[in-house]
Amino acid sequence: MAAAETLYDVIRRQGITRRSFTKFCSLTAASLGFGPGAATAMAEALETKERVPVVWMHGLECTCCSESFIRSAHPLVKDVVLSMISLDYDDTIMAAAGHQAEAILKETKEKYKGKYILAVEGNPPLNEDGMFCIDGGKPFVEKLKWMAEDAMAIIAWGACASWGCVQAAKPNPTQATPIDKVILDKPIIKVPGCPPIAEVMTGVVTFITTFGKLPELDRQGRPKMFYSQRIHDKCYRRPHFDAGQFVEEWDDEGARKGSCLYKMGCKGPTTYNACSTVRWNGGVSFPIQSGHGCIGCSEDGFWDNGSFYDRLTNLHQFGVEANADKVGMTAAGIVGGAIAAHAAVTAFKRVTTKREKADAS
Amino acid sequence: MVTIQTPNGFTLDNSGKRIVVDPVTRIEGHMRVEVNVDENNIIRNAVSTGTMWRGIEVILKNRDPRDAWAFTERICGVCTGTQALTSVRAVENALGITIPDNANSIRNLMQLALQVHDHVVHFYHLHALDWVDVISAISADPKATSALAQSVSDWPLSSPGYFKDIQTRLRKFVESGQLGPFKNGYWGNASYKLPPEANLMAVAHYLEALDFQKEIVKIHTIFGGKNPHPNWLVGGVPCPINIDGTGAVGAINMERLNMVTSIIDQIIEFNDKVYVPDIMAIGSFYKDWLYGGGLSGKNVLAYGDVPEHVNDYSEASLKLPRGAIINGNLAEVLPVDHEDPEQIQEFVTHSWYKYPDETKGLHPWDGVTEPHYELGPNAKGTKTNIEQLDEAAKYSWIKAPRWRGHAMEVGPLARWVVGYAQNKAEFKDPVEKLLKDLGLPVSALFSTLGRTAARALESSWAGHQMRYFRNKLIANIRAGDFSTAHVDKWKPETWPKEVKGVGFTEAPRGALAHWIKIKDGKIDNYQCVVPTTWNGSPRDPAGNIGAFEASLMDTPMSDPTQPLEILRTIHSFDPCLACSTHVMSPDGQEMAKVQVR
Repeated sequence: MAAAETLYDVIRRQGITRRSFTKFCSLTAASLGFGPGAATAMAEALETKERVPVVWMHGLECTCCSESFIRSAHPLVKDVVLSMISLDYDDTIMAAAGHQAEAILKETKEKYKGKYILAVEGNPPLNEDGMFCIDGGKPFVEKLKWMAEDAMAIIAWGACASWGCVQAAKPNPTQATPIDKVILDKPIIKVPGCPPIAEVMTGVVTFITTFGKLPELDRQGRPKMFYSQRIHDKCYRRPHFDAGQFVEEWDDEGARKGSCLYKMGCKGPTTYNACSTVRWNGGVSFPIQSGHGCIGCSEDGFWDNGSFYDRLTNLHQFGVEANADKVGMTAAGIVGGAIAAHAAVTAFKRVTTKREKADAS
Repeated sequence: MVTIQTPNGFTLDNSGKRIVVDPVTRIEGHMRVEVNVDENNIIRNAVSTGTMWRGIEVILKNRDPRDAWAFTERICGVCTGTQALTSVRAVENALGITIPDNANSIRNLMQLALQVHDHVVHFYHLHALDWVDVISAISADPKATSALAQSVSDWPLSSPGYFKDIQTRLRKFVESGQLGPFKNGYWGNASYKLPPEANLMAVAHYLEALDFQKEIVKIHTIFGGKNPHPNWLVGGVPCPINIDGTGAVGAINMERLNMVTSIIDQIIEFNDKVYVPDIMAIGSFYKDWLYGGGLSGKNVLAYGDVPEHVNDYSEASLKLPRGAIINGNLAEVLPVDHEDPEQIQEFVTHSWYKYPDETKGLHPWDGVTEPHYELGPNAKGTKTNIEQLDEAAKYSWIKAPRWRGHAMEVGPLARWVVGYAQNKAEFKDPVEKLLKDLGLPVSALFSTLGRTAARALESSWAGHQMRYFRNKLIANIRAGDFSTAHVDKWKPETWPKEVKGVGFTEAPRGALAHWIKIKDGKIDNYQCVVPTTWNGSPRDPAGNIGAFEASLMDTPMSDPTQPLEILRTIHSFDPCLACSTHVMSPDGQEMAKVQVR
């Protein structure tokens, strides 16, 4: 009976060997930073589950999140779609349109009540009764709330769904609104970035389908496994920052030697994301490595924090470890006051503590 | 309604059964199509509607012009980068900023890479399911599939065992009962013409292309740090060149250039051994389905792109063709001027905006945008539950741009028709070879199939151009030039008090331009007229229908409950609805007027 099939059955029947399967589990577990025990748990989970239905809806957005998702190198997106989840609705790639597409939403909501993942790319505009984004003749916001009612978990893809992003930049003429402001009764996993890194996206989805629970989130709703450290904390150019070696203008000697981009407006010190560790497109590079400062695209309201080329603040040079918290505090201070600063410092300390523990063991 | 004759040569009749497709899927953004079919299920009236609106341009007001590329890049994450390139060109044009030769080569490499990426993903992942019946592939003979594949290409992944494995995976996927993105598709529809073996070959290439597309974009990652949405820079490119000196490991060095070279080699091989042969193979089974020409045989427009010479955007320097063709007169390619107020104008008679005088169009530098959402008297449903639109009134969030009053088609087919008309061998020869191999006349080019084929030819062309610019970059570095950015006018203090400029590109979907006005170091006004605004435009005051609408006319539907033919033709344009969003009021509630200029 089709409905009783497990993900493992599907994988095996699709020609993937047991050996490859366990290897996949341990690699995925390792890439998520878990120990070997997790790989076994993952394998067991995959063996006993039907593929989780995923409904992927689009509001006001640019589709960069979908485009990023299909760039995933591990796992490959074809394996995600064919073997790991059941992507039953995604208006960007689905074969059906119009009535046949709408029917899938209704069917999923009824048949998989409380069992499907709702992934949201983009956000609903609230002005003009929601009709700045029309879907099936109706306001997108209506459809979004309706599908959220019976979802098991909700993922906010990217800066649009998480924070509002570019259409919500001042003066936000359509009143584009992050989804957690219209879906109030469900936990929402925010996976910010414009777009998020591909392997971060597939990592979040496979975590849920593998462990059957939501990843641990920080107080802003972001998975800690990818968003608990600043770009700056793990930037390979950090030694140049500490040594006071900066790019002073584009294409100068410092630029060619890979000096720190802080003076060119780099937002790495205030941006929580995995770019400097996971990197982009299969680990090829990330913005700073390719010579441009971080624009802070995973942070709330990053469009309205002045020019991307404005220096964060007039930080004086300082030693590395003793004043690292101070960087966080000063830097976060410019984005939103005491609460943000406190959050930044807390997060940093927590990470430090965890690392020390890991070192000690 | 009685029959209406449009000035651009179409006969509209909305008396037959109305079919509504909303959402149109496998596109970027949100779109709706309504058609009327006659008693033989032939489309006799077409209405295309942009159903979203974001307003990036008003958000840009008073911001730093050097930041504009990042905002406009977020207009679209599919053709990611092309809006950003258009933006830096507009700012540089306004401020008189030049870029170094290396930056020109790198920008061209990035622009061409996104052309290839967009075309490949468009064909295989957004468009192929309009031609390919996935479920039919299950009944293919893998040996015959192998023979078919080997008869059209020497691509190595073509053994019977390979196709058998793909088929097994597909069969088991289908048998699981969880069809994912293939759920509720139009499988078995009579408009699918491929034999099972061609379907299986195409399914295999759908999966291969999904794996491969992520390699293409690494060109952006190398030069721009990430993809989607790589980083750009006014005055050049952000990535410095350091081939073999201290710190070279973090710059554009030999290893990075080798990666670029390797990706270009793979692109050329994939285009020439998979993509183009697939189009030939699929085309050979659809030779009798030559609907969807629309405006392509009448009015086409191209701005040109890919400058051979740095800082020279004249027609002579541009490797992609530039010009306009009117009324199908291929003997005359007309010059296009972005600054001439008489040439490019936008109308709103049928768009959800208000003008003081809606009988007239406005040049982007003189544009007024006042959103005005209302349904016509003959619309069915309510304001927030549209059942049927009234195309005699306002019915789309897309404005109607016109060139000298004409509705124009833009995109790969438009570019290739202009290049063909200009007798440029690099465009004319591949077109003639393709038509000859398929045994089709030149007129067959003006069709849905022609649009789809032009895109494949262009992807191939772009791959070879990438090799050219890679070599040009190496030659320039060899000559001792490492410069990637000009910074003499980086600081706003060096700028004139008030300037304006235009930047243009050929986006994968067609002609794209941004108009900017800078005052006191800030953006005073910003206007984008993008490809899908041209193609997806509603009617204008004269009654001309837009390119999407024109292309649907007179197409027969096998089964009016399944919009397969509508999707096939609309998809052939590669619509991007987020791109077609336009200027809006600074406060949507008050519907305040925005004066541009």
